[in-house]
Amino acid sequence: MWNYVRIAVLGVIVVLAAIAASFGRDLAYQVHMVIVMLVAGGLFLWQVRRADEPVGVPDTGYMDGPVRAGVIATSFWGVVGFLVGVVIAFQLAYPGLNFEWAQGYANFGKLRPLHTSAVIFAFGGNALLMSTFYIVQRTTAARLWGGNLAWFVFWGYQLFIVLAATGYLLGGTQSKEYAEPEWYVDLWLTVVWVAFLAVFLGTILKRKEPHIYVANWFLLSFIVTVAMLHVVNNLAIPVSIFGSRSVGVFAGVQDAMVQWWYGHNAVGFFLTAGFLGMMYYFVPKQAERPVFSYKLSIIHFWALIFLYIWAGPHHLHYTALPDWASTLGMVFSVILWMPSWGGMINGLMTLSGAWDKLRTDPIIRMMVISIGFYGMSTFEGPMMSIRAVNSLSHYTDWTIGHVHSGALGWNGMITFGALYFLVPRLWNRERLYSLSLVSWHFWLATIGIVLYASSMWVTGIMEGLMWREVDANGFLVNAFADTVSAKFPMYVVRALGGVLFLSGAVIMCWNLWMTVKASPAKAPVAVPAE
Amino acid sequence: METYTFLRQFADSWALLVLFLFFLGVILWAFRPGSSETHRDAAGIPFRHDDKPAPAGADEQEART
Repeated sequence: MWNYVRIAVLGVIVVLAAIAASFGRDLAYQVHMVIVMLVAGGLFLWQVRRADEPVGVPDTGYMDGPVRAGVIATSFWGVVGFLVGVVIAFQLAYPGLNFEWAQGYANFGKLRPLHTSAVIFAFGGNALLMSTFYIVQRTTAARLWGGNLAWFVFWGYQLFIVLAATGYLLGGTQSKEYAEPEWYVDLWLTVVWVAFLAVFLGTILKRKEPHIYVANWFLLSFIVTVAMLHVVNNLAIPVSIFGSRSVGVFAGVQDAMVQWWYGHNAVGFFLTAGFLGMMYYFVPKQAERPVFSYKLSIIHFWALIFLYIWAGPHHLHYTALPDWASTLGMVFSVILWMPSWGGMINGLMTLSGAWDKLRTDPIIRMMVISIGFYGMSTFEGPMMSIRAVNSLSHYTDWTIGHVHSGALGWNGMITFGALYFLVPRLWNRERLYSLSLVSWHFWLATIGIVLYASSMWVTGIMEGLMWREVDANGFLVNAFADTVSAKFPMYVVRALGGVLFLSGAVIMCWNLWMTVKASPAKAPVAVPAE
Repeated sequence: METYTFLRQFADSWALLVLFLFFLGVILWAFRPGSSETHRDAAGIPFRHDDKPAPAGADEQEART
């Protein structure tokens, strides 16, 4: 019965998407409806072919299929996102790379949101999906709840990524930073996200471990908060049901405040809380010792979620935002330094008594440097949120350097560590194909980040100082174009740093591929008699 | 009273107090006497069920062997 309902629903979606595509008012919308039609049509055929197949015995082990798919998606989108980043870094250094024939599709303005969304939501998001599905099962001793719902979450999320990415290139964007997708893509992500929450909570509810391990608290706060942020920030009324344009319900300074409440908490709950959940599982597992202090992890959790949600206004210093609001954002950002470093200490000290692993295990080295970058960028962030510092740093490349030391250093490195941890276990291999390739990856990525961050510090502070330089009569000394030409050498260094980081990721993909292809399978463990 | 004024006053009085007390409560709860044993046990969770879920019907005690 349920099979036929599903087939009917898919058929209706195909027809509706075809109608919407032909009535579509703009190119992005039409292309999206064609994509939806093809996906729904493919699913329709697939469902028809297997409609009356007998149902197999339900599996009782851990559900690792979506985790394996997540490993592949994370690696793939990672390389794509880093590659687009390298391209736009060179476009900034050499504007001739904004080719005339690709004007309107592949110039910097179109590719930049593609890069940010690809690395944050496609690479980071898939890393979080795979880790969440893996961690919640291992720490609750229960199979994922909801059967194939986890597969729906995985493929639904990939569809969201494809719609978002094609939308940006074709001009379907609502121009909110990190929330560019238009209304129907937002609605689709909401559906997928609610399913994600259901899978996670369902698994927690049927757990066999009485205590909910701390990593799951961070993951749950990430899922719930991102749902809240996404829904509120994307409240909009479509101009037409057959077009991608929509009008946001907030206007003016309220709109700006909601956007940065969203934007900063995307950093706080997507890129921090979620990845801290990864840290609290993968670091103890790889170090083979429990987390340094469980008490500290509890205080870390509550302090972090109590403070982060208020920090958004520091993006709006010296704007129409009331002073009290921007002071509030600044104060909370500075206080936030404490729980952040509490978490960093907790992660690092997990290795106490096993520091020798830093010498012998390149995966642990990757995780440790990621926690180091977490500590560094959570010190830099509060400092930059202070109004006086912000007056120098805002609108300069310093901000971009800060974001990348956090994103490449913290999010990137912990994800690479998690991938190296997961692949041998998920494909039942004895070990990774090559540890020396992991070392190569480690050093390429680290040197890449150092080049990136240091060149952006230099160019950012230089740019800030040039903008505010006045002569004896109070006239500005530099034109904007003067700062642009002064930045050229640093832009080239930054792009080269990106090339190093990208090549490290390509080496990782090769290593993971060869682990699955060529590494010896794990010897079956003798099962003791029951 | 205007909604904005009401919410503003509520936020920096009662709401602030409740959130702050909750947070203090969390810290006290984490440090309550006898919590160390519980926490040591909880910190070991990632090392228990690597390969397969706890068997159906296992109660709490069995789940942790």
